[in-house]
Amino acid sequence: MKKNITTKVLIPSGALGLSYDRAALHAGISRNPNIIAIDGGSTDSGPHYLGTGTSKYSRSTIKAQWRELMLARAEANVPLVIGTAGTCGADDAVDWLAEITREIAQDVDQDIRLAILKSSQPVSRIKTALENDQIKPLEPVLDINETCIEACTNIVALAGVEQIQKALETGADIVIAGRTTDTAIIAALPLARGCHFGGAWHGAKIGECGALATTKPNSGTIMITFDTHGFTVEPMAETARATPYTVSAHMLYENSNPLQLYEPGGHLDVTRATYTALDDRRVRVTGSNWVPSDIYTVKLEGARIGGYQSVSLTLIREKRYTNNIQTWVADVETACKTEAQEEVDGNFTLELRIIGLNATLGHLDKTAKIGTEVGILAIVTADTEGTAQEVAKILNPYLLHHPLSEQEEMPTFAFPFSPNEMFRGEFYEFCLNHVMILKDPMEAFYLTVEDVPQ
Amino acid sequence: MTILADIAQKIRSKNAGPFWITIDIFCSTKESYARIEQSLSNEQVAHILGIPKEQIQRYDLPDLNVIKFSLPRPIVQGTRYDRDMHGASFANLIAEAEILDEAGTS
Repeated sequence: MKKNITTKVLIPSGALGLSYDRAALHAGISRNPNIIAIDGGSTDSGPHYLGTGTSKYSRSTIKAQWRELMLARAEANVPLVIGTAGTCGADDAVDWLAEITREIAQDVDQDIRLAILKSSQPVSRIKTALENDQIKPLEPVLDINETCIEACTNIVALAGVEQIQKALETGADIVIAGRTTDTAIIAALPLARGCHFGGAWHGAKIGECGALATTKPNSGTIMITFDTHGFTVEPMAETARATPYTVSAHMLYENSNPLQLYEPGGHLDVTRATYTALDDRRVRVTGSNWVPSDIYTVKLEGARIGGYQSVSLTLIREKRYTNNIQTWVADVETACKTEAQEEVDGNFTLELRIIGLNATLGHLDKTAKIGTEVGILAIVTADTEGTAQEVAKILNPYLLHHPLSEQEEMPTFAFPFSPNEMFRGEFYEFCLNHVMILKDPMEAFYLTVEDVPQ
Repeated sequence: MTILADIAQKIRSKNAGPFWITIDIFCSTKESYARIEQSLSNEQVAHILGIPKEQIQRYDLPDLNVIKFSLPRPIVQGTRYDRDMHGASFANLIAEAEILDEAGTS
């Protein structure tokens, strides 16, 4: 008899830290999944998290939700895998979640085998790869050189299915992975068991945001069932429905190309995929195509310090000033810059954004109109912490008292805080948009296994 | 004058990674899809977002009644002059784009 390779992947929610319907999760567990897979992050919240190697979500939230998933995993007696642990998937964030996992295991008295897959890249490896022409740019092309690589506080490579499969092969109950592609954690087991290549990657993309591909996105939990020809999508919340529209439209989501998706080892092409309603809440997808590549590449992400910032907020309610706010802002910028350049060492920029006019979109907003009050968000960015703080203090009296003309009494505007300037510390920026060529998928990743409690 | 928001069902802009913005225009009917697909040009979108039109990638998806535009972010996510970490506000500018009437005039 032929082995049954049908693989059910239960996805509790779009990311650990987001809400989900507990009844839907339990419904999913009762359906005997082969694995539970959840994403732990993305770059969408900005470069700070990769720059610092920290999580966007509170430790308390993560611990509470991860505890529920660990209990659900024990009940189902299947592996639980998380990718891009701790928002950014850098080693520090992986260690953070591993520590939480050990605490929970002790609290709930679980014996688990824990596999940890690390994705952080030593600077030396990236420099060597650059010298050996093993690093290739993606569009839009960013300059890369040794200085830029050395400036990164964290560099991660995005693991694909091969590395997750290695982690699962250890017999782990729980896999905590550093940076992975969103799809890899879902596609890994179906592919290892021999499911359809195109179907596995396509189903993984549909499932990566949990129930976002259904009529009830906040319900979170979704089951994707993979087989030899394609996959079937079924939301686990009773009132949620997957329709050919909700499923196919998910290919648009946060994806620049809705028909192709590039992954380590090839790309998915859904041009010929067909979406069929099995009933009013399940959708069957076939015809997805996987195109293997000749070389194996992993995408890199890196973040470095872009400077040090101080921000302040000033509120202006006086009509003559709100009516002439752009003149006033230009005056303040010029006056403050002139004084700061005379008095302070170091490079800085000063930007005043007019909240209530066009702070969201800047000069692109051509129809913006002023209201009864405006907020002035002043941003000082400098090469050093000291310069940022000095310039912010020089700016303070201008924001409080700068008059529109010399022939008027000195105005005073509303400061909501004392001190009014808030030092934000260092800010980070993404500085890599490249892939790295690997001979062996594991050569840039580090896998360990431990029994908890030790 | 008709603007996109008057006839589209939903307009969404999101990051597609730190270096790209993607804009999805969802239409509820074949008619509104056809009208937007014909009227809204790459030049118009490029002008609204202040980028060269050659940078625009466009996908007309009649099966979904969706028109999608992807472009390199005018300012990279999270850099000094970025105003919108998640890129969601660009959709508001596109929503205000002028759409020709059925006769093809404004």
